[in-house]
Amino acid sequence: MDAMVQPMTATATQTETETETETVKIRSRDVHVFYGDNEAIKGVDLDIKEKQVTALIGPSGCGKSTFLRCINRMNDTIDVCRVTGKIEIDGQDIYQPDVNVVDLRADVGMVFQKPNPFPKSIFENVAYGPRIHGLAKNKNDMAGIVEKSLKRAGLWEEVKDRLDEPGTGLSGGQQQRLCIARAIAVSPSVILMDEPCSALDPIATAIVEELIDELRQRFTIVIVTHSMQQAARVSQETAFFHLGDIVETGFTDDIFTNPKDPRTESYISGKIG
Amino acid sequence: MTEPAPQVTGSHVATTPDKKVDEARRARTARRYAAERRFEYMGLAAVMSAGAFLVILLWTIVGNAIPALTYNYVSLPINLEVDDLTQTNAIEYDFRKIVRAGLTEAVPNVSGRRETRKLRRIISSGAAIELRSEVASDPSLIGKKSDIWLPLSDTADLYLKNLMGDITRPESQRKISDSEIGWIDDLKGQGKIETRFNSIFFTHGASREPEMAGIWGAVVGSFLTLLVTLVLSVPIGVAAAIYLEEFAPKNRITDIIEININNLAAVPSIVFGLLGLSFFLAGVNLGWFTIGGFFPRSAAITGGTVLALMTLPTVIIASRASIKSVPPSIREAALGIGASKVQATFHHVLPLAMPGILTGTIIGMAGALGETAPLLLIGMVAFIVDIPGGLTEPATVLPVQIYMWADFPETAFRQKTAAAIMILLAFLICMNAFAVWLRNKFERRW
Ligand SMILES: Nc1ncnc2c1ncn2[C@@H]1O[C@H](COP(=O)(O)OP(=O)(O)O)[C@@H](O)[C@H]1O
Ligand SMILES: [Mg+2]
Repeated sequence: MDAMVQPMTATATQTETETETETVKIRSRDVHVFYGDNEAIKGVDLDIKEKQVTALIGPSGCGKSTFLRCINRMNDTIDVCRVTGKIEIDGQDIYQPDVNVVDLRADVGMVFQKPNPFPKSIFENVAYGPRIHGLAKNKNDMAGIVEKSLKRAGLWEEVKDRLDEPGTGLSGGQQQRLCIARAIAVSPSVILMDEPCSALDPIATAIVEELIDELRQRFTIVIVTHSMQQAARVSQETAFFHLGDIVETGFTDDIFTNPKDPRTESYISGKIG
Repeated sequence: MTEPAPQVTGSHVATTPDKKVDEARRARTARRYAAERRFEYMGLAAVMSAGAFLVILLWTIVGNAIPALTYNYVSLPINLEVDDLTQTNAIEYDFRKIVRAGLTEAVPNVSGRRETRKLRRIISSGAAIELRSEVASDPSLIGKKSDIWLPLSDTADLYLKNLMGDITRPESQRKISDSEIGWIDDLKGQGKIETRFNSIFFTHGASREPEMAGIWGAVVGSFLTLLVTLVLSVPIGVAAAIYLEEFAPKNRITDIIEININNLAAVPSIVFGLLGLSFFLAGVNLGWFTIGGFFPRSAAITGGTVLALMTLPTVIIASRASIKSVPPSIREAALGIGASKVQATFHHVLPLAMPGILTGTIIGMAGALGETAPLLLIGMVAFIVDIPGGLTEPATVLPVQIYMWADFPETAFRQKTAAAIMILLAFLICMNAFAVWLRNKFERRW
């Protein structure tokens, strides 16, 4: 499937010079999120394009994580959290009652701020998802999925000889790539990343950023970051959040070189946040 | 730690000429160190006095218990060459006469009724029963004459262990007569008395005769009772903890439940005994029908159920604390790749919480093992000679056995009480050590 879609989009981006013809993967309309009485997201409209990296930036506490967690309904696990509005993935409203959250989260993977591998072996970490979703027919199949996922996460060469060692024994950067491998093992189409590099050193950060750039070939990626440079390096599109609202969206290059909103400008130039 | 102090003062001297300030500062530092030392000594004293109390406690218990671990046996020439004793009737045969005959043979020249009765007092009244079980385990003895070791009476045993008190007192003021002393010394001189490991104590149930009383009945009773407690309180407690921690909505009802669980943990144990008495044994009459009242008196299943109620709050609180200490990032990781809540809980949270849950459970069980008050109320204090063979049979438990023995007037029971305490403590220490081992083995790995 990947192989078929891949060249098509590649040619599309080449020939038709980055315009609206790219498919919108995730469409959010008038999304409000409440934590009890506190409205954290105040009517967000955002289109996220397929097989691109979209960065969500903005000062801390402005609702980036909250919005990100709406996309795979991780907010469902918070008792006081209430979401209104519409979020569509491939045209399907994910907040409809007939949507199976378990399937949704298999399709929309997530990588968290702090690397959180299971305290199990490296193999188990990656194999867990395919196992609960019944993706592997037998042991060989499973080993193949684990290998492929670890390779795509750029971790295979480093861990192939110690797959049965605990995942928690890896370095921070390796752990984060293991978490990425774990997310892509269930073949999602979207990967959400919430400040995936904030707990990593600069070298590990560079490796993960490079990886994100590669993953864009196969996955739609939404990344929250508060590092301007990171957003500039990895993303094609950027959405600037401020106090629960989106102030400005557009091509990353445009936003950074020519911000239209004064708030965006002052944030980029370091005046707020 | 003491290193930087002079340095600071040194640099101070160098920079400020003000001597007064310098002295004040030095005095303050000295006071601070003195306070620190004082506190250290006070802590040390506290630890040492606690340790001293522990040593005294163990010393008295072990010192009292050691005599109970051995017993004195006498070798008697036993003639099993009698017409009416056969292989088949050996289990019900009355060996008293044979034991007496052996005694007379071992100590000849005793005349008169009074003296004969005294002579019989040096041998245990349970000797005939011991002989019977000896014959039962070795039928080849039948039809032969052989020397067999039989237990002495408790007075004779205490005399041999020097626990009779002052024997130089006049005869009327002590429990053992001159002639008994004479015979015992005589037999001892002939090498016919031997101190052996007190196997009776570890294999018999309760008895009014000190030399025939053992701890085994109570050990089995404790085991059966704890089994019931474990089987009831662990699944219910852990399930309740999982539900409250992972699934229940956080609202006023769950708050009230939480407060009540904490309160229940502080309820005196005897209250649970009252509950057991009125609900499990008597039943609550609701007019047209009675609820409860279907439990057998004095049985392990009743005691175990009452103790399970008592331990439940402990298990729930320990399990909840342990589940709560599993970082939320693990749950998020599982949910994030599409595990259901149940899968996240059972595949990831519970395994990580398990050591804590087990530790809490073991500590709860140790508490239940040492519990006496509620069991007294539901009749487990009854005098039970037979070793319980099942959950519904009358039983007693170790702490209750200790309580009963402590009440008996015979001196020999004092040693038994101490020995039983030692055994109870040994079980408790083993359980706690197991809990510590578990905790260390499954040290947090994230
Ligand atoms: N679990 C929660 N419960 C209540 N309020 C929350 C919770 N998570 C976030 N919030 C609130 O929502 C707002 C947005 O938070 P968040 O999305 O974490 O911001 P960001 O990721 O941009 O720093 C903040 O005001 C925060 O206090
Ligand atoms: Mg955040």
